[in-house]
Amino acid sequence: MSGTLGTSSPPLQTPRPEAAAEVPPSAASAPSGITRATLLKDLRLEWRSKDAINSMLFFSLLVVVVFSFSFDPSAEESRQIAGGLVWVAFLFAAVVALNQTWARELRNQVLDAYRVSPAPANSLFLAKVIGNFIFVAVLETLMTPLFIIFYRLRAIGPAWQLLLVAALGTWALVVNGTFFAAMSIRTRSREIMLPLLLFPISIPAILAMVQATAAILTGEYSARFWIVLLGTYDLVFTTGCLLLFETVLNAE
Amino acid sequence: MKSLYSILVIITGLLLIYAMSAALMPEFHLGPLTFQGAPTEQTMGSVQRIFYYHVPSAWTAFLLFFINLGASVYYLIKRCQTADILALVTAEVGVVFCTIVLVTGPIWARPVWGIWWTWDMRLTSTLVLWLIYVSYLFLRKFSTSGQTPVLAASLAILGALCVPFVYFSIWFFRTQHPQPVMGGGGSIDPRMLHVLLVNWLAFSCFAFLVCWSRFRLEKLQRELDAAHAMRSLMDEPAHPRSAR
Repeated sequence: MSGTLGTSSPPLQTPRPEAAAEVPPSAASAPSGITRATLLKDLRLEWRSKDAINSMLFFSLLVVVVFSFSFDPSAEESRQIAGGLVWVAFLFAAVVALNQTWARELRNQVLDAYRVSPAPANSLFLAKVIGNFIFVAVLETLMTPLFIIFYRLRAIGPAWQLLLVAALGTWALVVNGTFFAAMSIRTRSREIMLPLLLFPISIPAILAMVQATAAILTGEYSARFWIVLLGTYDLVFTTGCLLLFETVLNAE
Repeated sequence: MKSLYSILVIITGLLLIYAMSAALMPEFHLGPLTFQGAPTEQTMGSVQRIFYYHVPSAWTAFLLFFINLGASVYYLIKRCQTADILALVTAEVGVVFCTIVLVTGPIWARPVWGIWWTWDMRLTSTLVLWLIYVSYLFLRKFSTSGQTPVLAASLAILGALCVPFVYFSIWFFRTQHPQPVMGGGGSIDPRMLHVLLVNWLAFSCFAFLVCWSRFRLEKLQRELDAAHAMRSLMDEPAHPRSAR
């Protein structure tokens, strides 16, 4: 191969498979580096355009207002169901965020480039999940005061547990949602496919989130079981999604 | 194969006749023979007989979904088309049986409890199971990727992982907010158990036959699609009349 060039440029060599193992991975190509790089890219893009966060915020606000008409906030019963309402609003808003997760990667064939690169698929998946988690967490932080004001909520039980429920619950929604969003890329009616796949499998998590929130707000019983269930659910499904994501990415 | 299929059809037919008669009548005659069927239940009377359709349908659905999980896992490991068709077929027939459970449940509940539906543990978990597998069928139908089997197999595995969580969460939800339980618990009369098991066997044979037919149908359909694809690749006219 070097003979055919006939110039003083260094000979081109096909990379040997062993060569890849010999070169120590630099910080940028280590899996955590890839995750960080992809995550920062997504956050930077989002910060500059603010597409997802704006649409999510406004959509959440609309949902809260419609709920206020359907379930009168001044009634005592509303305080009982407020836990459920909050989570339904966040669930719908999370779907808005999740639907556009992979949209950016499809334009300009970024996903194809990722597939042919030696980067592990799980790094991309984790970056997307963490990115979505941050978006939905920001949304929840902004919307919760509004909910508290509209529904005059106060936590009779231990309020710090609400943070734990929010974190675990959001992670459950986002990890499954990102996985199913990747599955729905090549389907007809892509936008409706994601909720169709996500909602049935999230039912245990949604039940746990709603019941835990109701338990903490009303202070009537302990939310411990639900928090443990959420934690186990997160563990099992994060592992499952991580194991299956490479297969799904290559199948698209 | 065809003769085996015909034999199975006859056996299943006979089993179903026996099972259904046993479920509906305390004593029945088939020709010269007299058989003992299921005795009439004390509190609920004849309405209770729907139990012999409700419970075996549920067990058959669970069996089919379990086979679906096995076929999906096998497909992901070996990428064998037979496993993929088996997964599709068992999901479809399983959803049908699950629908029967969800329909017979309210029919039973209405005369006994006075309500059509209750969010009790059994009905709610069956509903969620039904939702998960219907979403699986939606993915199969709507996916335009060439690798739909891989996606569907992944979904089936995640769905199966979800099932224990469904049962656990709804069980705890119901212990916190108790409601009337459908179907009751407690011991069962041995004659009733016998009829129940016979019905389950009959339903399983029927499910097997339906799966087999659907399997053959799907296999033929895929071969046809592959042949069409090959033809268009070879640039041959699909129909003699369309050749100019």
